[in-house]
Formats: sequence, structure tokens, C-alpha cells
Amino acid sequence: MKNALRLAAVDRQARRCGLAPGLTLADARARIPDLAVIEHDPVADAAFLEAIADDCDRWTPLVALDGADGLVLDITGCAHLFGGEAMMRARLLDHLERRGLGATAVIAGTPEAARALARASRGGVVPPGGEARAVAPLPVALLGIDETIASGLSRAGLKTMGDLAERPGTPLAARFGVELLVRLRRTLGHEDVRIVPRRPLPACIAERRFAEPIGRAEDIEGALAGLVGDLALMLEARGEGGRAFEASFFRADGAVRRLKVETARPSRDAPALMRLYRERIAALADPIDPGFGFDLVRLAVLRAEPLTPAQVSLDGRAVAEEEVAELTDRLAVRLGRERVLRFSMRDTHDPERVSVQVPAGEPVPPMARPEFLLPRPLTLFDPPQPVEALAEVPDGPPLRFRWRRVVHEVTRAEGPERIAPEWWRVPGGAPGAPHARELTRDYFRVENREGRRFWLFRAGLYDREPAAPRWFLHGLFA
Amino acid sequence: MGPARDVSALRQLLAGLEAERLPGEASSFTLGAAGTGEIALGRGTLHEVQAERGADQPAAAGFALALALRAGQAAHLPPIPASPAPLPLAGPGNAPPVPLRPGARPVLWVRQDMAEAELGRLDAAGLAGLGVDPAGLVLVRAPDAAAALRAGEDALRCSALGAVLIEIWGAPKVLDLTATRRLCLRAAAAGVTGLLLRGAARSVPTAVATRWRVSPVPSLPLEGHAPGAPAFEVRLLRHRGGPEGRRVEGGTWKLEWDRETCSFRDLPALPRAVVPVPAGGPAGADPAPAGRERAVAPFRRAG
Repeated sequence: MKNALRLAAVDRQARRCGLAPGLTLADARARIPDLAVIEHDPVADAAFLEAIADDCDRWTPLVALDGADGLVLDITGCAHLFGGEAMMRARLLDHLERRGLGATAVIAGTPEAARALARASRGGVVPPGGEARAVAPLPVALLGIDETIASGLSRAGLKTMGDLAERPGTPLAARFGVELLVRLRRTLGHEDVRIVPRRPLPACIAERRFAEPIGRAEDIEGALAGLVGDLALMLEARGEGGRAFEASFFRADGAVRRLKVETARPSRDAPALMRLYRERIAALADPIDPGFGFDLVRLAVLRAEPLTPAQVSLDGRAVAEEEVAELTDRLAVRLGRERVLRFSMRDTHDPERVSVQVPAGEPVPPMARPEFLLPRPLTLFDPPQPVEALAEVPDGPPLRFRWRRVVHEVTRAEGPERIAPEWWRVPGGAPGAPHARELTRDYFRVENREGRRFWLFRAGLYDREPAAPRWFLHGLFA
Repeated sequence: MGPARDVSALRQLLAGLEAERLPGEASSFTLGAAGTGEIALGRGTLHEVQAERGADQPAAAGFALALALRAGQAAHLPPIPASPAPLPLAGPGNAPPVPLRPGARPVLWVRQDMAEAELGRLDAAGLAGLGVDPAGLVLVRAPDAAAALRAGEDALRCSALGAVLIEIWGAPKVLDLTATRRLCLRAAAAGVTGLLLRGAARSVPTAVATRWRVSPVPSLPLEGHAPGAPAFEVRLLRHRGGPEGRRVEGGTWKLEWDRETCSFRDLPALPRAVVPVPAGGPAGADPAPAGRERAVAPFRRAG
């Protein structure tokens, strides 16, 4: 405001000295001459908050960001794991304190009540049903409403949430909008809406906590193996198999490393999953850095699908498919999904689009069945390679052509097989149209003196398409 | 346990090793051509296919793929008679356009990126044209030779595969006796046939059961002087053991691949001398001598 440098945030000590956010820097310097100032960096702040949120996954899988400086954790059903709500709050604060972070934590029945109380009080646990009384003395601005509505309310003499709560709802909604009423109801605990977590909720989770952080690779692998075994049992009880798994390693100092593996088909085979994880860890460009050790390792099934126990058929075909899928999974984890491919064919006459390569694990589209099989080369160049060719008659096959600095004499040729581009797909329309970019191709299957077989085409028709025809080599026959 | 029992145990072990090295009738396949009738290739071992020259790599790939197909066929099935009608596959509207053999197992092709850069990417229609069911092929693209060998080693452990084709570009340092011996052992343990496909690189010693050198030959023309079925000239450079452990003499054969019967057959002698089309034209008047063509660098290595 008015080009003045202002304080965006102050630490605990500065607050004790009487500084507050919003104060101009000049005033602050006047009060504390040796004030340490760091330029406000909202992006770094947001990244840091994300990192803290990652770390908070250790308390509950449901974590959401709240503004630029807060986190909301849904601890429904989690508190007993940490010795009750009060104990959990104390441990959480202690954990953050050890990282040098000061925080205020409030446990309340609804996210809105906890949010308002955390901004205004020193924190604590609101007893069940006590939200209305707890938030009553708080200023209405903490409802998270518009500035104008807040000032309008205060002009009307409604300064605290308690004042608002005593009023009948209908006139308030008519004067200030329904939004105010909704927020008020939620903050007072009359209405409860769950948070939207920042990470999708896993299907099931297994975790190991360590009193003493572990750091050795064998220990980490052992922990992971145990978790995989636990998950396999869980999945079996549910009659499901996992398609995507995520291991999270929570470092004692708050850093979190996550490793994801995916499988081609639902799996709950513990040894196979463990092999995948070993591959994944071995293929890491930057290895897992245990730092001062991990105190929590968690394995979550991100996506589960029904998996009925397979009937082993007499010819062992189901088992064979299973084995191949497991192999492709392993290779895909090591080399990347786009490097393990399966083939299918599209129903099109465009040679560049007939062949479809699908990453392993993704559903392979059904194979189109051409009416008859035209000879096609084993490999195709993408894009086709330009060659210098000489043909005896304009529309005829080439007599000789030069490719990669070698002249090939054509002894046998078949063609032309005329293939027009798919004009409904390419910009500019059909060949021959004034703005057509793709030309009709005349394909020739040729063999040279040594018996090497090539697939050549001439792009463009003499006299009928504007550009001068050029020759390309499109593929090589076996 | 006395020493005599030890010795007999050792003998048994040795016999087992011998059996692994010298495949019997049941676990071997032939090329299917009359001329090469005696030559049997063992399943569950490693075979090497080399290209005669750099530019012959597509032919070598085709030959290796044909070997993989023959290796992947169920051993107990009788040879399929030549019938152009494709066998239907279970599943509605899902049948591939090629006669898919029942019991045919998937083939895994490990391909180095360099091969793809030089020869182009594999095409499903082209695979089908050789008689391969594209749905039964898994392609693994390896960034370098070491990764390709490692992926191949893993694949050879998977007994559900019919064959594993490992395409290595050039003569990398990692491809040596040790590496190929490891591949051999993996192949023997799982009973999967491994095929090592190499470009025309400096020959390095490899521990393989057979080694073939392949170059294309002019095919038997179809009507209208069109190029015919893929034809190869194959040279058997090395064979570690015949059907009964006999040493097999090497030889050179001209073969033609028949995708309908999924087998090779002898290439009949050409009906007449090969002349450029049309005879007497500008190319025919002055046929380039073969020697001059050879002098030209046959293949561009990079770029």
C-alpha cells in the first residue's frame, strides 16, 4: 500500500518485541534497529507448506492445505493410534517443534471451527459438541468471509460469532448472503463437511513405525517386504489386487520420499511385488537418501481392482499370461513404461497409422482385421527418408535410387499401390485441393540386385497435384 | 556316503550338464527346408544371427524372427499343412489376419534404440506379413547394449515365452563370452530359446549353440516380376552339437520363408538371369559390376 515496504510475517521473538505483520519496514527498523529482514517469497512459502503437508501424512492420509499458512488434518479414526486426541496434538506439535516450526493446533469437530480457533487462540482440544461455545467470543472475520461483509456485520453491531449465533438465520441470509450462514453453521459445528484431501485416499495402507529411525538399505528393504506381506493379506481378505502401489518413506527430519510402482494386472503376489520394488529402487537416478533415518515406512494401494483366485487351467495358459505380465511389469519399472510395448492394428489404410504401440499394462485396443494382407515392410521410417530416384516413365517404378549415399539398382518392382491421405484428418483437405498439405502417395515394393527389399513411394501425382513429385523410402522388408 | 556314490553323483551331474548342452530331438526345431533337414537348433539355448553386411540387418532380423516363430511353436503339434485359410482365434472380432498357431507362445523382442534409429520402428502390419501375430509380440526398447542384455537375461527366465530375440547394435564391450554364457544358462534353466541378433560388426567370441550369417538373395519373382517371399542366404558358421551330439558340418543354403506354413523351404534356382527392369533399358545397358558396388560404403553408421 502506497509503495511502503511492510512486514509480511514475523517470528515469535519479533512478536514479543511488539512487531506485527502489516507494519511498515521503516517503523519496524525504528523500533528494532538490528532487525533481520528477509524478502517475502510466497512461492517458496507455498512449497515449504507442501513439504510440511507431506510430512503430516504420517498422522492421517487426509491432509488439506488451508490458505497460505495452515493445514487441515482429518483425524477421524486416527487419534486412538497416537494415544487419544490430546496426546496426538502434543506429539504433532513436538514433532514440528523438533523441525524448528512453531504452530498452533486445535482439534475440533468441524474443519471450520478448528480453522477459526487455530487462528485466534493458543490451541487446544475442543470437547465434542463444544464448538458453539468455543467459537462464540471469536471475531466474525475469522469465518473466512468477504471483507465487506465482515465490516457490514461489525457496523451492525455483530462483532463476535456468538452475536451472530443468537440472531435468527433468515434475516442474516437475506442481508449478507447464504454463504455467511453456511460458514457460520459449519463453524458452530451444526453442520459437518469433510475436507478435500490433497492426495487421493488409498484403498488400503500398511505401515511400520520405528522407535529408532532406520537407515540401512537392508533394514529398509526388510521393512518394505513386511509391508508388502501385510498388504497382500489385506487385499486377499478384500478379494482384490492392487494396480498401483506407493511406498512412502518418512524421514525423521520431515522429508518424505515416495516411490510408485504399477502393475499390468491386479496383483497381490508379495514376492512379485517385492521384486518390482527392488527393480524400482535399483533404477532410481538419485538413490533413497535416508539422512538420519526413516521413522515411518508406509505402503499404500492407490488403485485396487477385483481379483478372484485364478483357476489354473490344464494347459497352464492363465499361468503363462500371468508370468509374461509379471515380466513386462518388471521391465517397465526398470526401463519406463513407454519402453515395454505391445502391438495392435488400426482399421485404416494409412500405413503410418495402422500399427499401434501400446505401453505394457495399458489395455491393448482390439486388433482390426484387414480383409486381405498387403505386403508391408518389417520396419517403417518415421518420418520417411528422402531418396533420389530415377524412374523410366513418370508413373512407373524407379529404376534406381540413392539412399544413404548408396545407389541401388532395382531389379524387381511391384506397384504402384496408390494411398491417399486421410483427408478428413489432415489439415487442408483432400490432395488436389488448393491448400492440401498431404499428397497422394504411390507406393512401390522393390528389390535390388542383392535381394534387399525396400518400400518406396512417390509423393504427389504428375500433373494432378501442384508440387513436383518427390521420392521417399518408407520401410525395409526382411 | 562313500567315494563311489560321490563319483556316481558326479556322473549324473555331468550327464545332466551334457543333456543341457546337447539338446535331444524333443527340445529342438529344424528350419523345415529339405536342404537343411539334418540341422536341428536346440530350444532352451542361445543362437546367434549375424548380418553379412550392415545393410543386411533387416534380412537378419527377418531370419531371426522366423527362427523365433519356429522355436515358439508347441513342440508336440504336428506341422501345419499349407492352408491359406486363417485359423480363427477365440474372442469375437479379435482374430489377427495371420494364421495363428494354437500353442504359439509370445515372443519378446529386445531392441536397442540404435537399431530403431537406423532401421526404423517395427510395424505391426509388417510383422503380420512375416506370419507373426502382432498381439503375441512384446517389444522392449533398451537404451543401450547393457540394458538390452539385462532385459534379455530377465526375459529368458520367463518360461512362458516362446523365444527371446535380443537385437544388439554394433560390437559393444559388454557383449562378451561371459555375457553370452550367462544368457545361455538362463535360457537352459527356463527352457526358453534365445536369439542374439547382431549387425555386421566385428565378430566377437560368444558362447552360443549355433551361429548363422545371413544375407538377402533375390527372391523368386511373383507374377509381373514382383518381389516374392523373403529369401535368405544363410551360412552356418558354428554348431555345437547335432541331434546325437554329432558334430555338424557348416554349410550355405538359400532359403525362402513361407509364412503360411511357418517354415523355410529351399529356394529353387532362378528361372533366368536377373536383369534390371526393363531389360535393355538404361540400367540394363550398363549393369554396374558387383565389385564396384561393394567398394561403396554399404551402410551409413550414424547420423
